[in-house]
Amino acid sequence: MMKPSTRRVRAIFRKELREYRRTGSIVGTMAVVPLIFIIAPLARAFALPVSAAATLRHENLLVYLMAIPAIVPATLAAYSVVGERQQGTLEPILTTPLRREEFLLGKALASFIPSVVVAYAVFALFLACVELFAQPVIASALVRGPELLAQLAFTPLLAGWSIWAGIAISTRSNDVRAAQQLAGLASLPPIAITSLISYNVIHPTLRLVLGFGIALLLLNRVGWRITSKAFDRERLVTGSRSRGERQT
Amino acid sequence: MSDAPALSVLRLSKCFGERVALDDVSFEIGHGEIFGLLGPNGAGKTTTVRTLGTLLSPTSGSAVITGIALAPENGVAIRSRISIMPESPGLYLRLSVAENLEAFAELYQVPDARSRIERALRAVHLIDRANDACGTLSKGLRQRAALGRALLSDPEVLFLDEPTSGLDPVAARDVHELIDELRHRGVTIVLTTHRLDEAERLCDRVAILNTTLRALGRPDELRERLFSKTLSVRTVAPLPDPGAVFDACPAVDAWREVGTASYSLVVSDSIVAPPAVARALVSAGADVLSLGESHHSLEDVYLELIDQGRRPTP
Ligand SMILES: Nc1ncnc2c1ncn2[C@@H]1O[C@H](COP(=O)(O)OP(=O)(O)O)[C@@H](O)[C@H]1O
Ligand SMILES: [Mg+2]
Repeated sequence: MMKPSTRRVRAIFRKELREYRRTGSIVGTMAVVPLIFIIAPLARAFALPVSAAATLRHENLLVYLMAIPAIVPATLAAYSVVGERQQGTLEPILTTPLRREEFLLGKALASFIPSVVVAYAVFALFLACVELFAQPVIASALVRGPELLAQLAFTPLLAGWSIWAGIAISTRSNDVRAAQQLAGLASLPPIAITSLISYNVIHPTLRLVLGFGIALLLLNRVGWRITSKAFDRERLVTGSRSRGERQT
Repeated sequence: MSDAPALSVLRLSKCFGERVALDDVSFEIGHGEIFGLLGPNGAGKTTTVRTLGTLLSPTSGSAVITGIALAPENGVAIRSRISIMPESPGLYLRLSVAENLEAFAELYQVPDARSRIERALRAVHLIDRANDACGTLSKGLRQRAALGRALLSDPEVLFLDEPTSGLDPVAARDVHELIDELRHRGVTIVLTTHRLDEAERLCDRVAILNTTLRALGRPDELRERLFSKTLSVRTVAPLPDPGAVFDACPAVDAWREVGTASYSLVVSDSIVAPPAVARALVSAGADVLSLGESHHSLEDVYLELIDQGRRPTP
């Protein structure tokens, strides 16, 4: 197999980012989802009395924020292929020398990079708020080295899974909204796990964390395979047919 | 350039499940030719373009496009030598015209993208709208932007799928003029259309398609092939025995009376028949009012050929 051309991957990536910037709903999703998920942990950090610092040490409030890298890219990725089909822009792009892998890679990066940037920015914001405004005891109970590290490492893994699931669904879907709902569902299992950890139902031992990490890595690999397979030029072109006619 | 055709299609068929969209179609297109695929809606024009553009795989048959065999592994090579302007322009409406073209210039990996984009925009007379969002353009301008996008890569073969469908007459004329300008650059063009006037005006050769290929030739040839072999004869008074006059003429295969003192003759040779008929009429003592080939527009040819498909074949 030929190596994907960076120039073409970059072309897709840039075009996507330009479109995001000018699409209100995408900017909205990127802004609102993180806000929703930052409110609960912040409220808890500020509302707790100093005496509760000891219990907080055993909670994993930060993990709750992991929902952001799972959900934000899912909506972007779910839109990526079926959205273009619905706009009628997919056929022209498929008539170019663009390869399947280049297309998918460009689309995946365009979901991945903004989502990870947003997720890291929100973590930073959360930490800054806690360090600046929460009681110092609470802050030091909340912000723990290993947890931060896990947070940094899991963010791209979670985003990756949501993106492959989202793109695979988008490739096979005929409707943007259905794709986004399904992709939302697909991003839930990892969120369920992180939430259980966050509420201390599951105890994050090193083994569990490593296991979860490896599972996500594998899922990312499988996701890429499945997505590549799901991408069928002929189906993408002819499936869009009736839709295109209805639009005109 | 070599003598090899720019495009050759051999016994190409495409089925969608049970439905046959394209049946055993063959043709060749020379370099620099403007080739029309003319047919009504559902004739398989778009299917032909998509199949030759490697978007659909043929059910059977083969094709060679700019010297490369149509095969799944050659998709990228073929797609980088051709370009397709699809039926609907499919521009990114939130991006400007220039940004749309920029994305495609990168996808085609054209050298010196900036100047190519400018040249393409000049070619379609859109340079002053370069920074406008495509969503703000009229339908005709969008079509021109899509044509500019198709020109970016300097394709060897350019496919234009119904480039004027849905345009008002002025916008359609603009697109016609642009295509005419391309002719002078020697681009090989495959143009699909359901409009006869368009095919007749723009194309060097026309294939009439309705699932199968019904006819192929220069527009004037097509017209001739089907209909010019009819002679109309009018006399002052009805002939007492038309059979005696016409049956004896060489190259007259059949005749019928189409009104009082008016006859229509089917002839096998339009050079031999008219003088012979004239002589026969004169020697039969008939006063000839007119004698001439029936002239038909390409439209007649077209409707006749398309209709052949509707009649149940015996
Ligand atoms: N994806 C598809 N599934 C089923 N039938 C199709 C599909 N695409 C085209 N067809 C059928 O193939 C025939 C040719 O269609 P098309 O190539 O679009 O015609 P044209 O472009 O000449 O109007 C039509 O009968 C159409 O209904
Ligand atoms: Mg069509």
